[in-house]
Amino acid sequence: MTDTATQVDAVDRSGTPLIEMKDISIAFGGIKAVDHASIDLYPGEVVGLLGHNGAGKSTLIKILSGAYTRDTGQIFVRGEEATITNPRHAKDYGIETIYQTLALADNVDAAANLFLGRELLTRWGTLDDAAMEDETRRVMGRLNPNFKKFKEPVKLLSGGQRQSVAIARAIHFNARILIMDEPTAALGPQETEQVGQLIKQLKKDGIGIFLISHDIHDVFDLADRVSVMKNGQVVGSASTKDVTKDEVLGMIILGKCPPGATPGPGASTD
Amino acid sequence: MSDNTSATQIGADHKDGPIVRFLRATEVDTRMLGMIGALLLIWIGFHLYGQIFNGYGAFLTSRNLWNLSVQTSSIAVMATGMVLIIVTRHIDLSAGSLLGVTAMIMGVAQVWVLPDLLGLNNPLIWIITVAIGIAFGAAIGALHGFLIAYLGIPAFIVTLGGLLIWRGAAWWVARGETIAPVDSTFALLGGGPFGTIGATGSWIVGALAIIGIAAMLLMGRRQRIRFGFPLRPVWAEWTLGLVGSGLVLGSVLVMNSYLWPKGVVKRYAEANNIVVPEGGLEISHGFAIPVLIAITVGIFMTFLVTRTRFGRYVFAIGGNPEAAELAGINTKRMTLMIFSLMGGLVGISAVIASARLNAATNSLGQLDELYVIAAAVIGGTSFAGGIGTIYGAMLGALVMQSLQSGMVLVGFDSAVQQMVVGGVLIFAVWLDTIYRRNSV
Repeated sequence: MTDTATQVDAVDRSGTPLIEMKDISIAFGGIKAVDHASIDLYPGEVVGLLGHNGAGKSTLIKILSGAYTRDTGQIFVRGEEATITNPRHAKDYGIETIYQTLALADNVDAAANLFLGRELLTRWGTLDDAAMEDETRRVMGRLNPNFKKFKEPVKLLSGGQRQSVAIARAIHFNARILIMDEPTAALGPQETEQVGQLIKQLKKDGIGIFLISHDIHDVFDLADRVSVMKNGQVVGSASTKDVTKDEVLGMIILGKCPPGATPGPGASTD
Repeated sequence: MSDNTSATQIGADHKDGPIVRFLRATEVDTRMLGMIGALLLIWIGFHLYGQIFNGYGAFLTSRNLWNLSVQTSSIAVMATGMVLIIVTRHIDLSAGSLLGVTAMIMGVAQVWVLPDLLGLNNPLIWIITVAIGIAFGAAIGALHGFLIAYLGIPAFIVTLGGLLIWRGAAWWVARGETIAPVDSTFALLGGGPFGTIGATGSWIVGALAIIGIAAMLLMGRRQRIRFGFPLRPVWAEWTLGLVGSGLVLGSVLVMNSYLWPKGVVKRYAEANNIVVPEGGLEISHGFAIPVLIAITVGIFMTFLVTRTRFGRYVFAIGGNPEAAELAGINTKRMTLMIFSLMGGLVGISAVIASARLNAATNSLGQLDELYVIAAAVIGGTSFAGGIGTIYGAMLGALVMQSLQSGMVLVGFDSAVQQMVVGGVLIFAVWLDTIYRRNSV
């Protein structure tokens, strides 16, 4: 427990942030899904992005992963302004995403999913399936040693196994920034614990992680900081040392910013 | 030692029955076996029906099987493209109409335009004509793809519109005139006695095919050994190799045993100053050129689908379009390319169909889209997306064409033929849903 505490303290926020999203807005047909939201993330840091369903957190993060293109605002990656208008751009910046739906092609096998969009090729320019399967066996061996179904389409795998394929895909290509959207929503207690271990490991490697959840219990212990969204706006951000779970809950439900947090544009004023 | 090897072999599980073990060891798709079974049933059924009711079984004759192979070619070529379209959850209803207009444009080009520019019987005419056909088909396909991918119009509507538009255009190109005869070299691409490669050529093709089968099995095995993946038992490899080679040899023998008709031989002998010997000159047809075209297309498409990024993306899009998009695949561009590819294949089919008829007519290819869709579906392409094989669709084309020409042969009238084809299409989709429910 003290181990985690020292790690939390170890996050160095003096340099340039890995990611800085400034004043981001996006509207869908007149509805402001994200309204002038700003969040940031430092190397080796886990930031929990919290809020109700429909608070705008998934939309904000999909702007970062390139699934949506923002209407206004700026994104900085390691201090430099980045143009991200599709998922390929985000991946080029080392931003990898594990979506809530996992975004797996159900009809092809684990290797095809792991390398989807980044296939290994032979020198003839054809798919090197054997090399991809070999690599997949090694990655999965580290991540989930029980994983054996390499030839089956991923729709035949269990929830946990599918999750490991999605995670493997995100971390295999030297991600610097990892976005995890409700990573433990479909998992049992043991698998949730595994994901927690993995997050600590990645943190140690200096990877910045956005952890998105509607459930504060999923993220509070893992996160160094939390940012809370409500109605498309950022209520506030706080280091998890400076606030209690109840105070964060207050931010999520009422939009009330506690003294330990930095208020954002969405904080209620009364 | 024996324990050690069996552990790395597939199909070493002795709890299952011999058939299950055989299938698992050879990794043969049960569905493909079912299709071959259906094919044999149709062939033998029509033959016996002819024998019993007409007093003559015409189906299992070298002549009919040769004709069947030529008739299947055009549908089979288009079916390979339809697989990609249905796999990505689209549909193409315009294939037959597009074939019609493409054939008309090629007809105009090679009969009305090119001879004036290059002189009659210039050897370039057929090459330019074929290039025009494929390019035109690909361009129209790309247009369909553009409307579907970038303007968001459902493929069903775009190609339903195309069904009418291109059939109308086929008439409009030459005001309904039939353009004939086509260039004499071009005509060879459709088969006929001269559009074949003869006995020796067929043996060479057969030998190459057998070498190809052996090389594929050997390379596959070596690849698996290299990465330590489970191997097929040696007997299963031999079985696959022998059955494959047997099929090749069988088809060479059948194609070679269909001899040129006496009249054709006589004309050929006169033209080339050959003296016909006492017992008559026996010249084999061998494989028809359109069949070789279709097989080449099949090999190319199989390669494209299984060995390239393009093919991988087609299936990923079919399995989960959103996931493919999020993985960074440009799904819109893929859709455009898939429809363009389909158009190009329709162009090839238009070459085969109009060369075979030795004419371009505006009704060419009518209802072909239904045969093509049926072929793909019978061959295991699923309307739910993400599943389908090229060889399955080509086999499906053979099944559809066998049904069709079998019914002609035993004398069913065209009304009955239509009803049967429609019924088979629905039956095949129903069978497919049952098969998937049980297998997953």
